[in-house]
Amino acid sequence: MESNQAKNSLLSSHDNIQRTQYPYVTGTSVVALKYKDGILMASDMGGSYGSTLRYKSVERLKPIGKHSLLGASGELSDFQEILRYLDELILYDNMWDDGNSLGPKEVHNYLTRVMYNRRNKFDPLWNTLVLGGVKNGQKYLGMVSHCYIFMQVSGNELYAFLVGFDNDTVVTVQVSMIGVNFEDDHVATGFGNHLARPILRDEWHENLSYEEGVKLLEKCMLVLLYRDRSAVNKLQIAKITEEGVTISQPYSLKTFWGFSAFQNPTVGAEGSW
Amino acid sequence: MDLNIMGDLNAPHSMGTTIIGVTYNGGVVLGADSRTSTGMYVANRASDKITELTDNVYVCRSGSAADSQIISDYVRYFLHQHTIQLGQPATVKVAANLVRLLAYNNKNMLQTGLIVGGWDKYEGGKIYGVPLGGTIIEQPFAIGGSGSSYLYGFFDQAWKEGMTKEEAEQLVVKAVSLAIARDGASGGVVRTVTINSEGVSRKFYPGDTLPLWHEELEAHNSLLDLLNAPGPEPMNI
Repeated sequence: MESNQAKNSLLSSHDNIQRTQYPYVTGTSVVALKYKDGILMASDMGGSYGSTLRYKSVERLKPIGKHSLLGASGELSDFQEILRYLDELILYDNMWDDGNSLGPKEVHNYLTRVMYNRRNKFDPLWNTLVLGGVKNGQKYLGMVSHCYIFMQVSGNELYAFLVGFDNDTVVTVQVSMIGVNFEDDHVATGFGNHLARPILRDEWHENLSYEEGVKLLEKCMLVLLYRDRSAVNKLQIAKITEEGVTISQPYSLKTFWGFSAFQNPTVGAEGSW
Repeated sequence: MDLNIMGDLNAPHSMGTTIIGVTYNGGVVLGADSRTSTGMYVANRASDKITELTDNVYVCRSGSAADSQIISDYVRYFLHQHTIQLGQPATVKVAANLVRLLAYNNKNMLQTGLIVGGWDKYEGGKIYGVPLGGTIIEQPFAIGGSGSSYLYGFFDQAWKEGMTKEEAEQLVVKAVSLAIARDGASGGVVRTVTINSEGVSRKFYPGDTLPLWHEELEAHNSLLDLLNAPGPEPMNI
């Protein structure tokens, strides 16, 4: 029996292969930074369905094995599929029962292969992944890169961050749909790149304490809440250190509307906005 | 990544919006959210979408910010002249029909939905919807904008004839707040304008004064406050 896939050319449109061409349920920005003891990562809990804020309790930060933390933006179904792959990966690793466990570097490499192979089949995973981790204070520098084929440029991309330790320095790298962007002390996906990174460039410094790191991330998340249409006021902050992963309970931030100019903005300019 | 988002910044300014107009026993209450977006970016988080046409007639604007502003500017100008010529305040019906004429005769170029509401001595409180295309429709209450999709069921259940001013205001605030919770294109604060025989009253409801809906949580200054909060009291056994 011939396989349909073998018959059809890559550019054929009447095939029965599934391809993610448009994202449907998406997560927005993820922001992460290095601090004294490891990495802090934050994201909101929204799953948007186009312009509808459909799901408001989506966990977009997940621990992977003992040593890694994965944050995802973009199509949530693809993220869930990735989690299934990783689950299997960790399971097989544990079954060896040899005292060794997969570190962030290895997980990153696995994800890179998965994403890249999908991309080569013109069937990308519509995600940008941030993978952070610490293992034996070990050097870790990773990124998940993939391309997407676009019939029309649309939708949100998923950004991935790879975070890790590199010779006692924590390294955070962002990987986007187009390729590796850069490695930095702090990264963000989507709108976070435009709204959060400038704040981080200004206020981040080496050896932030946990409290300082949290406050800085919250400052970024608040700006995103004001200015990103797909943001939702419910977020989680995760930290990963040598000891392991902690993901906070969901919580909301207070917003400020008390500027006097907000009371009657069009006084003197009737009809303006 | 960049291409998509940079494209958004050049997108036309559009008010995603939730707008509402409700009649009550004695006048009308107009309500709206305050978010104006360019693509996915919130260009203005505290906009004022309820615009004055005359002392006694206001209009809620949705859709293209530019189109709705220019229509309200023209109508304000025409009504000003009309008021002088007539020698008394314009009626809500005249104001709404002027809006309709512009919307209808320029239907190929405009993309804006409006709700005209006000009070005059002949008919009392009246609401007129002028959706895309330039239809005019008098209604006891009207909803519009992208956020209104989430309110049809709510109003079917919650609307009743002959409400008091307080009931009508609460209904409008609750409705806009519900739409904001689900429509990404609506957000910010809730503004209301109440018009009756006594005049016009503007109110402002910032996000922290609105009720919490499903899956929404109490707001805090920081996660650190939650982590440092004292634990539950030990039981007294």
